[in-house]
Amino acid sequence: MAWLLALFETLLFIGAAPLLAGWIKRVKCRLQNRKAPSVFQPYRDLRKLYRKQPILPEPASWIFRAAPYIVFASTVLSAAIVPLVAVNLPTAQVADMIVLAGFLALGRFFLVLAGMDIGTAFGGMGSSREMTISSLAEPAMLMAVFTLAMSAHTTNLSQAMNYVLDTGVVLRPSFVFAMLSLMLVAIAETGRIPVDNPATHLELTMIHEAMILEYSGRFLALLEWASQIKLMLYGVLVANVFFPWGVAQEFTLPALGMGLAAITLKLGLLAIVLGLSEVLFAKMRIFRVQEYLSFAFLLSVLGMLSHIILEAQR
Amino acid sequence: MAIEGLNYYQQAVLLLAALIALTSFLMLGQSRLLRLVGIFGVQGVLLAATTAMVANALDFPHLYISALLTLALKGLLIPVMLHRLVVRMGLHREMDTVQHPALVMMGGTSLMVFSYYVSLPVVKLSSLVTVNTIAVSLAVVLLGMLLMITRRHAVAQVVGFMSIENGLFFAAVASTQGMPMVVELGIAFDVLVAAVIFGVFFFQIRSSIDSLNVDRLNRLSEVDR
Repeated sequence: MAWLLALFETLLFIGAAPLLAGWIKRVKCRLQNRKAPSVFQPYRDLRKLYRKQPILPEPASWIFRAAPYIVFASTVLSAAIVPLVAVNLPTAQVADMIVLAGFLALGRFFLVLAGMDIGTAFGGMGSSREMTISSLAEPAMLMAVFTLAMSAHTTNLSQAMNYVLDTGVVLRPSFVFAMLSLMLVAIAETGRIPVDNPATHLELTMIHEAMILEYSGRFLALLEWASQIKLMLYGVLVANVFFPWGVAQEFTLPALGMGLAAITLKLGLLAIVLGLSEVLFAKMRIFRVQEYLSFAFLLSVLGMLSHIILEAQR
Repeated sequence: MAIEGLNYYQQAVLLLAALIALTSFLMLGQSRLLRLVGIFGVQGVLLAATTAMVANALDFPHLYISALLTLALKGLLIPVMLHRLVVRMGLHREMDTVQHPALVMMGGTSLMVFSYYVSLPVVKLSSLVTVNTIAVSLAVVLLGMLLMITRRHAVAQVVGFMSIENGLFFAAVASTQGMPMVVELGIAFDVLVAAVIFGVFFFQIRSSIDSLNVDRLNRLSEVDR
């Protein structure tokens, strides 16, 4: 029963990811005084891409063909780890946040290989940039996780959320820092605006787009969908770990419905915050990304220090 | 005492203390002068909020007065004065680039660890709940010094100096029951007077060496000409 629920939750996660992307786009359009497309537009785009015939470049090897499936599968697996509607699900209990970082790294590794596989200049450039950014973002993310773990005494997401739920509302300086750091990392990892612009094909600034430039048809659809899931994953991570209130702790219908409503509300609000920040900030130069990410790292180090200095039992 | 055992006002004091430390780090990394002054203002406002929270959490009503004083002087008046000085001297686009920013940040982090280590014995002696913030206030003092060391621009150094004073004030509020009113008023007006004098100095330095880069003060003007 619990496994069935976990499967259902993962399917919900995957299914709702394009909806979140559509909602973010809508918020941004509203803020920029543009006419917004329907929130279901990402679904239509995905369907359109699925129907089209994929075209493979001549020098493409098996890596190029396998990469979209590997990226999609690893993203789905990491989505299964993150509790969306309910805690204590078996998929969330068998793996912790380090496994999550590992799954994301696996997907990224194959995406980078695929970018370099066909030997175009853009693919290689995008791959190199992606690796640079992720090598700086991952330590910051892990430090944020460790800061969380110092309070919760676990790196398991489900247990950490239970801990936060049990202790009630506590104004922890370390959690504030860890959350800010995780948000900055999330923006960098999902390629949102100060780091990368998902909406354009501007040649000299793109990172994610540069790697998937040669993909078409269903391969492109899988990659787009995977990146939408990844965006939602980071959103759920921020929303559910630091504000877990409302999530279902037992598997009854009212509790699950409550959990669904809570996560919808939280993600909706988080998307508005993201849209606002994307409208307010300009994309930065690629050489300033390391400053940005070292700030994220500094925040998580400060979080850890403030846990030791301010929160600990003496 | 662990943080779960405190009430919300006391937790808020700790949270604000952490945010004050964050503003110190932000100042350390900020190379634009106007933003530096802005962050300094934010630090003043946070300091005032902390003082008010301490007044509430520990029930020292006279601290409300010093909170108001801090808000008026360090949160508003001095930052506005510095801001207007910078704009009047046409420095609002000037960058005081930090050399080796990562190294400076690492230095700042180790200063924070150091101040934690130094303040451990003090913390053991006291029974106030806010005593944990002593390490943070010491770190703010040391970070202000680091800011003064790493910068070459006179305005940035003045901001560093003022933030040292912020750290001292924070230590006084958090670890004791606040200073006597006479002392506090005296210090507040000293800082105000210092800000005015610094303003005069800026103009003096600039008219004599044509720049606010204090490195240029090392050179002999006769040799250069």
